[in-house]
Amino acid sequence: MKAMTKTLMSAAMATAIAATGAQAAGLSDDKLKIGVLADMGGVYADVCGPGCVTAVEMAVEDFGGSVLGKPIEIVTADDQNKADVGSAKVREWVEDQQVDAVTGLVASSVTGAVTKVLTDNKKIALISTSASNAFTTKACSPYNAHWTYNVVALANGTVKPMVQSGKKKWFFITADYAFGHALEKVATGVIENNGGEVVGAVRAPLGTTDFSSYVLQAQSSGADVVALANAGSDFVNSLKTAAEFGLTEMVDVAGLLVFTPNAQALDPAIAGGMKLTTGFYWDLDDETRAWSKRFKERHGSIPAMGHAGAYSATMHYLNAVKATGTDDSDTVMKHMKANKPNDFFARNATLRADGRMVHDMYQVRIKTASERKSEDDIFAVEKVIPGDEAFAPMLAQCEFK
Amino acid sequence: MVTFLGINLFGLSGQLLVGLINGSFYALLSLGLAIIFGLLKIINFAQGALYMVGAFIAWMALQYMGINYWAALIIVPLLVGVIGVLMERYLLRPIANEDHLYSLLLTFGIALILQGAFTHGFGSSGLSYAIPAELKGGTKLPFMYLPNYRAWIIVASITVCFGTWWMIEKTKLGAYLRAGTENPQMMQAFGINVPLIVTLTFGFGVALAGLAGVMAAPVYAVSPEMGSNMLIVVFAIVVIGGMGSIGGAILTGLGMGVVEGLTKYFYPEASTTIIFLVMVVVLLLKPAGLFGKEA
Amino acid sequence: MKINKLYLGLLGFALIAPTILYPVFLMKVLCFALFACAFNLLLGFVGLLSFGHAVFLGTGGYVTGYLMMNTGITPELGILCGTAAAALLGAFYGKLSVKREGIYFAMVTLALAQLMFFVYLQAPFTGGEDGMQGVPRGELFGLIDLSDNMAMYYFVLAVFVFGFWLIHRTIHSPFGQVLKAIRENEPRAVSLGYNVNDYKWVAFIISSALAGLAGSTKTLVFQLASLTDVHWHMSGEVVLMTLVGGMGTILGPLVGAGVVVGIQNYLSGGELGNYLHIIMGAIFVICVLAFRSGIVGEINKVIKRNFSS
Repeated sequence: MKAMTKTLMSAAMATAIAATGAQAAGLSDDKLKIGVLADMGGVYADVCGPGCVTAVEMAVEDFGGSVLGKPIEIVTADDQNKADVGSAKVREWVEDQQVDAVTGLVASSVTGAVTKVLTDNKKIALISTSASNAFTTKACSPYNAHWTYNVVALANGTVKPMVQSGKKKWFFITADYAFGHALEKVATGVIENNGGEVVGAVRAPLGTTDFSSYVLQAQSSGADVVALANAGSDFVNSLKTAAEFGLTEMVDVAGLLVFTPNAQALDPAIAGGMKLTTGFYWDLDDETRAWSKRFKERHGSIPAMGHAGAYSATMHYLNAVKATGTDDSDTVMKHMKANKPNDFFARNATLRADGRMVHDMYQVRIKTASERKSEDDIFAVEKVIPGDEAFAPMLAQCEFK
Repeated sequence: MVTFLGINLFGLSGQLLVGLINGSFYALLSLGLAIIFGLLKIINFAQGALYMVGAFIAWMALQYMGINYWAALIIVPLLVGVIGVLMERYLLRPIANEDHLYSLLLTFGIALILQGAFTHGFGSSGLSYAIPAELKGGTKLPFMYLPNYRAWIIVASITVCFGTWWMIEKTKLGAYLRAGTENPQMMQAFGINVPLIVTLTFGFGVALAGLAGVMAAPVYAVSPEMGSNMLIVVFAIVVIGGMGSIGGAILTGLGMGVVEGLTKYFYPEASTTIIFLVMVVVLLLKPAGLFGKEA
Repeated sequence: MKINKLYLGLLGFALIAPTILYPVFLMKVLCFALFACAFNLLLGFVGLLSFGHAVFLGTGGYVTGYLMMNTGITPELGILCGTAAAALLGAFYGKLSVKREGIYFAMVTLALAQLMFFVYLQAPFTGGEDGMQGVPRGELFGLIDLSDNMAMYYFVLAVFVFGFWLIHRTIHSPFGQVLKAIRENEPRAVSLGYNVNDYKWVAFIISSALAGLAGSTKTLVFQLASLTDVHWHMSGEVVLMTLVGGMGTILGPLVGAGVVVGIQNYLSGGELGNYLHIIMGAIFVICVLAFRSGIVGEINKVIKRNFSS
């Protein structure tokens, strides 16, 4: 019995060693494998769920379906917005199924756990929809590439102009996890630096069904602006409740993170006129319209910014694999940072050494019912914010060469 | 802003009123549970899931068939009641003589199936159901703006709860029911169809959950998970009130809603936990619950 | 004798299993199997349905995770502390709850577990909804690096075998015989002069300590502790594992954990992920209606029918 175990164990060891040795050049296992981890059925499903899978599939097809003569494979999983579920899945992907890079990545709590696993295994995270700025600051890693947007861009784009226009007292209804905390913290900084103050905040768990008591708290706080530091259907539900209790009539309600599907789901009578910041809008120009039309044909609705970001990030990654002739993460990442991403999504873009993808952001206003020409006509673009103004400067300790 | 001893009275009364609204749902759901447990000794863990099903049926009826809210208030509880009748007849009856824990486990399984089926069909991001036109708008109270629909919830639920209590405790029908479940052989001998009474009671208890579901649809997001978190709270309420005490379930339901509202004002983070704290304290001091009879 | 051979066979399989199957999956099965075995000690051998047992799993996990991240102690000490913390909590909760019976016991344990859930949700050290991320696996006795999955696997296997052996010993000791007597006929046990509540209490402590051991080990495997492990859904899941495998049997929880974790793992990757809840629920219903003694219980019945008498 014991002898047999020993033989089998040494056999296993030998295989393991052989596998590591083969990684030297070219593709490590005769194919390139990309994992898409997203929320397939929860509060963020419309924002980056099945739609992110579609976007990545489009990128792979547009690229030609293969790289360096080897097929590109996509695997997908539902993280249920739970850090433990997501990180266990990604661990299995990289340890047992030879996945080379993971994209999608929605809830910041999940992304936090997943990027740790990926960094330990030297695999690349192409973050498309997470908002926390931690992935390029206190939790930065040479293997993180944070696309699309982050909380700093949202606060600079939405909060700053409001404070400067005289809205000084703020109240937060915050999603109670990494993303909400980060957004509230960054926005509070912006408010205080511009002479405003935060008069109160409540933390509502992810997926709260009844926001009425939080709305009442906001109401009795005496604030000028009630900021919704949440996203997805949390944003939709909290804004609806605010309207039901007459809050929207009494004070300004600011949605800090609003994705197109969520804006679309709201009654224009409630949401019309609200100003917000986004990393992408489908109706910017011919290029964005063309891509969005193809996306809508496959997915059934117009793309949210995370969808476009997932496409753009995947494309940039595939180009880098092709150019360097390897799937070795360090080499590929170096190439991705040295060459500027440039497509319908990435405008005036660069992937900084800290992994932050800096590009133009857009300040938009939700159209009222009378302004809308079609069901997809949701935002009016008011201003383009150059990347350097939107994102924070790089931290010295996160400058990975 | 009116304050007293440093307490913002407007804020506090607003939270109490919201608490009472939540309490109305608790009362409806725990009443259903208490009827089922008190009369049939079945622990129905699927009550929360059936509440969710009620909300979904209302949503589908409006979306696919154009059946409005008022019609749904009648139709949905009937349909959910039918589901309950089938459940009782084909799943629960075969294990009626086993340990009570088995009915708990069985209904827990049913809850999982229902929740899974609706997640599969509709995703878990939540659907929205418009407030009926007749109840749009609201009333400006001195301390808050009370949406008309929320006021309707309180009135409707209290009416239904006390109507049910009266029917069971004070009418002849209720007397049959209580007798039929306490001494089935005797009632059978009197020529009363006891199994039928059992089935209908179960159906009625479950229909209350369906009714709560319809009423909740316009204010809470209609999502497959809406029932599962409600369920353990409602269970706690039934235990606090005294398992099987029908009046106890109603009063504790409303009361716990208010207690939650108070907590939301003074220490909001603890609002989801306060009920369990009350439950532990009550069970340690008065094991049969506030309104229960000592066994 | 026959049983011993069966155990040896299982152990043999466990030793070579990681060469065939993904070790992290196997470790997950072992952790949950230990958790289910601990739970079964109460449900199957004392007749107490605890509906809040996840709290001990989670407590072990959080304490171990916190110590591993902040004090740099070795993993075996971390696990020991996690287990001790779960045992202490178990002693306290057990004292409060063992006086109650049946459904009341289930509800008190659920309520007590919810209180701790709240603490873990609010306390800053757990990371709230984000969970405690990036727990290092460390070096066993300061010597063996556990970041290697194979080393970790054999360590987890050793932990499981220890826990399993302890439960086996408990059940077959005079103490275990008294527990069974309580389950079968409590008033008689009382009239024989046994202090029933004390016996229940000790069993509760053993069970919660072992659940904590399972949670501590699981945290090291996944390098993460999260609210999932303390949530009441987890308490429901362990009931399912025990029920499927066969409550009151020694091997039942192991089989049940294997089946449940296996199904979850199989479904989570593919198109069928959506059906997970439905399938789990259906298993519950079928077990209650048709196989109340679970897989191992049914096999035992068949063996008894055909080979003895």
